[in-house]
Amino acid sequence: MAQSVTRDYALLGKSSEAALANGLAAAEWYHSDVERKAMKALMQRSDGPAIRDTVIWLGAMLVLAVAGVLLWGSWWAVPVFIAYGVLYGSASDSRWHECGHGTAFKTRWMNDAVYQIACFMIMRNPVTWRWSHARHHTDTVIVGRDPEIAVMRPPDLARVVLNFFGILDAGHAVRDMLRNAAGNISKEEASFIPEMERHKVIRVARIWLAIYAATIALSLWMGSILPLMLVGLPRLYGAWHHVLTGLLQHGGLADNVTDHRLNSRSVLMNPVSRFIYWNMNYHVEHHMFPMVPYHALPQLHEMIKHDLPAPNRSIWAGYREMVPAFLRQLRNEDYYLRRELPVTAQPYKEEFHNGGDAVAAE
Amino acid sequence: MVEWIEACGADDVDEEDVIRFDHAGKVFAIYRSPDDRYYATDGLCTHEQISLADGLVMDDIIECPKHNGRFNYKTGEAKGAPVCVNLRTYAVKLENGAVFIEV
Repeated sequence: MAQSVTRDYALLGKSSEAALANGLAAAEWYHSDVERKAMKALMQRSDGPAIRDTVIWLGAMLVLAVAGVLLWGSWWAVPVFIAYGVLYGSASDSRWHECGHGTAFKTRWMNDAVYQIACFMIMRNPVTWRWSHARHHTDTVIVGRDPEIAVMRPPDLARVVLNFFGILDAGHAVRDMLRNAAGNISKEEASFIPEMERHKVIRVARIWLAIYAATIALSLWMGSILPLMLVGLPRLYGAWHHVLTGLLQHGGLADNVTDHRLNSRSVLMNPVSRFIYWNMNYHVEHHMFPMVPYHALPQLHEMIKHDLPAPNRSIWAGYREMVPAFLRQLRNEDYYLRRELPVTAQPYKEEFHNGGDAVAAE
Repeated sequence: MVEWIEACGADDVDEEDVIRFDHAGKVFAIYRSPDDRYYATDGLCTHEQISLADGLVMDDIIECPKHNGRFNYKTGEAKGAPVCVNLRTYAVKLENGAVFIEV
């Protein structure tokens, strides 16, 4: 039977109702077999890798910020701010993510501190996004249930391109911050944030608003955009790397399935991108076992790769398959890239996948 | 009516680990702490009913494998988002090398 109903991505819409009715919501998902002792070893927490990476991350930002201020007004400031922007507007995305899971550090307060800092930089309310990301893991790319689907069908490619510069996402973030700071929680937010947590959403929004107001006031007083180049604007001019890598997570792949091998993409990447992205290029592995810290994902990949589709060999290779899929989805939103499993893999959980005759890549 | 049920052998649970025990349609989690004591709670996370036996035991904390929700398995206390509702705990005793829980 064809996917005859247009996808409704609203969290309280028709697709959401359908997912609740047909068992796609909060379903049981496929997991590769990993022996318990091996999984326990992979899940073990340590502070070392994340302290090292955080010192490099924030230390480099500090050095670049000082250099940017000293070089302000010369062309030498341009590469400095390009680098600063990526660390602010892109590395914060992966730090928000990993610390939100609570797996980056063993010590809880370190996770929480980096989580708050990263949330501010990426402009994601730490309370709202903790809950939205929980839903993303429960209902990954289930239409109407997952609030974090980056590219909906048919794809809005103009939106995708604008978000390489954070334009729409940051605009929405500012609007949400102002609304939350005014004490307003939307119906959609209320659909996944428990009532007892909502006052925290409002409190954080008000603190952030005060910080941005102070930064804008300083810029006006100095008659210079420099303070905003350090706080706020890097979310725009430094966003490109997190969008570049983030689109690959699920872009062009199946929706409404309960097997992360079908709807998530692992991509082999260069070491710089992996540092910025904190190994989230192993995205199938992360979704299947979110308890495994970022620094153990390469080991997990080696352990279960016999059961997974072959990873894309590079960012470029990922885009070479994803962009044509987006273009084809403009004409036919049911089109998707079907993942091929190695012969050593356990079979797909087919019951949802074979329910429709959506057009898969050959 | 309260009764003691044999859940597992004492050696079935590794130190600082957890196993699942199913009984009468209910799921329990049996823990062995780093100081070699045994504890029992409901076996499913109060957030989204995921089996805690696939999670990670760290000191007196059990972390849910799906969303990283954390509970103190000795008291059942939910330690913060995304878990807000405490776990129910059960009395445990060791007899003849077996772990019994009071249900």
